[in-house]
Amino acid sequence: MEPRQKGALPGGSAVTDDDDRDRRAERRRFDDVALPHLDAAFNLARWLVGTHADAQDVVQDAFLRALRHFDGYRGGDARSWVLSIVRRCSYTWLARNGAAETLPLADDAVMAEPGGPEDPELAALRGADRRRLATLIERLPPAFREVLVLRDLEEMSYREIALACDIPVGTVMSRLARARTALRRAWEKPIAKEPAPREKDRGV
Amino acid sequence: MECREVAGLADAFIDGELEAPRRAAVAAHLLGCMDCRRLVEETREMVEAIRDQAPYYTAPAGLAARVAEAPALALPPDIRDSRWNVRRRARQWSLAASFLAVAVFSSLATYRLAVPTSGEILVDELVSGHVRSLMVDHLTDVASSDQHTVKPWFNGKLDLAPPVKDLTTRGFPLVGGRLDYVGGRPAAVLVYRHRQHVINLFIVPDNPQRPTTAAPVVRHGFNVLAWRDAGLQFWAVSDLAVEDLGKFRELVREAES
Ligand SMILES: [Zn+2]
Repeated sequence: MEPRQKGALPGGSAVTDDDDRDRRAERRRFDDVALPHLDAAFNLARWLVGTHADAQDVVQDAFLRALRHFDGYRGGDARSWVLSIVRRCSYTWLARNGAAETLPLADDAVMAEPGGPEDPELAALRGADRRRLATLIERLPPAFREVLVLRDLEEMSYREIALACDIPVGTVMSRLARARTALRRAWEKPIAKEPAPREKDRGV
Repeated sequence: MECREVAGLADAFIDGELEAPRRAAVAAHLLGCMDCRRLVEETREMVEAIRDQAPYYTAPAGLAARVAEAPALALPPDIRDSRWNVRRRARQWSLAASFLAVAVFSSLATYRLAVPTSGEILVDELVSGHVRSLMVDHLTDVASSDQHTVKPWFNGKLDLAPPVKDLTTRGFPLVGGRLDYVGGRPAAVLVYRHRQHVINLFIVPDNPQRPTTAAPVVRHGFNVLAWRDAGLQFWAVSDLAVEDLGKFRELVREAES
């Protein structure tokens, strides 16, 4: 895994000399609060929207929004606050690009199994555990994927996740359990020889 | 505790997200149940595989520059999101038992921004205690509407004798009692119902240093009503309307006297 590069960013604020002191102080405060969570923001966006380029756009948009709404932030959990905005921007992006999948799936179909040998992308994944695991996570519906990413990669508490995703702690708990169970089953299974049924065939 | 319940709590157990009594109950079950032990082990292995092998995508350097150079925008004062008017959550209960405690705590220490008042921590704890009691389907340790069953159950478990009264005739039937923790100390919890709503009544010995406000506090959609009486401190937590909760408080006070 690449080392995480947390910490202050070079450059800091770029306000012009014409801006008044308050504005500059506010911007500095924003940088102090939000910028330490840039990696967390990018990681979540990347897992939700799927590509580096799109994740960068989403994060940039999210930070602009965060800055614009910064006076509504009263010193709570900064990471959850930043991530809640990143998350909303990611879903907006997904909806705009026709990729949103907002409904949780039925119990037996939390995720689609990896496809069959006709899928050249997946065929190339055999033996590549890291890539395979990433692919399996990407196949989780976003509502489950985000909880898994925030807990197991971002190492947030259930409460912080509940705040970031605007769901009750109990929902965090059950989504996480279902996401891990689905992942575990898919992980233990060798890549399917038969093409797995598509989601729409399962009536979900 | 049964296997079914343990299976539902396995992830929270691994994540150190169960409070001490429930964590102990799961641990005790695991000692005697190989199936559940295997489930927990497999889940733990999966979590470790995710942590070790799934990519963590760090922000590219170019993005940091783009974000850092974004111009300061006008900050209209009317845009407020009250949902964020919340302070750092109390999390001792989730941390204490977590094998990740050190890692999580150090990240909290780094980003701690606002020190909450002890009153805020307390309210958070009460609400999460209430939510947990609903969430894991474990409202009570002693389930009975009979005050003569519930009251003695607390004997020897606490350094207080909670006033237990069935208020069925007044519209608030007693459901039972349970031990919980408030501010790191054991507390008696009496559980009542009013129509479909559950009320958790937390009771601890009074501590004059502990702040309370008489006014109801709303947190995450739950109402919290605090009062002190006869050397005890009470908090009623429920999704019940605040007027009904106020009525409940009066009934409890009447019953005491
Ligand atoms: Zn068992």
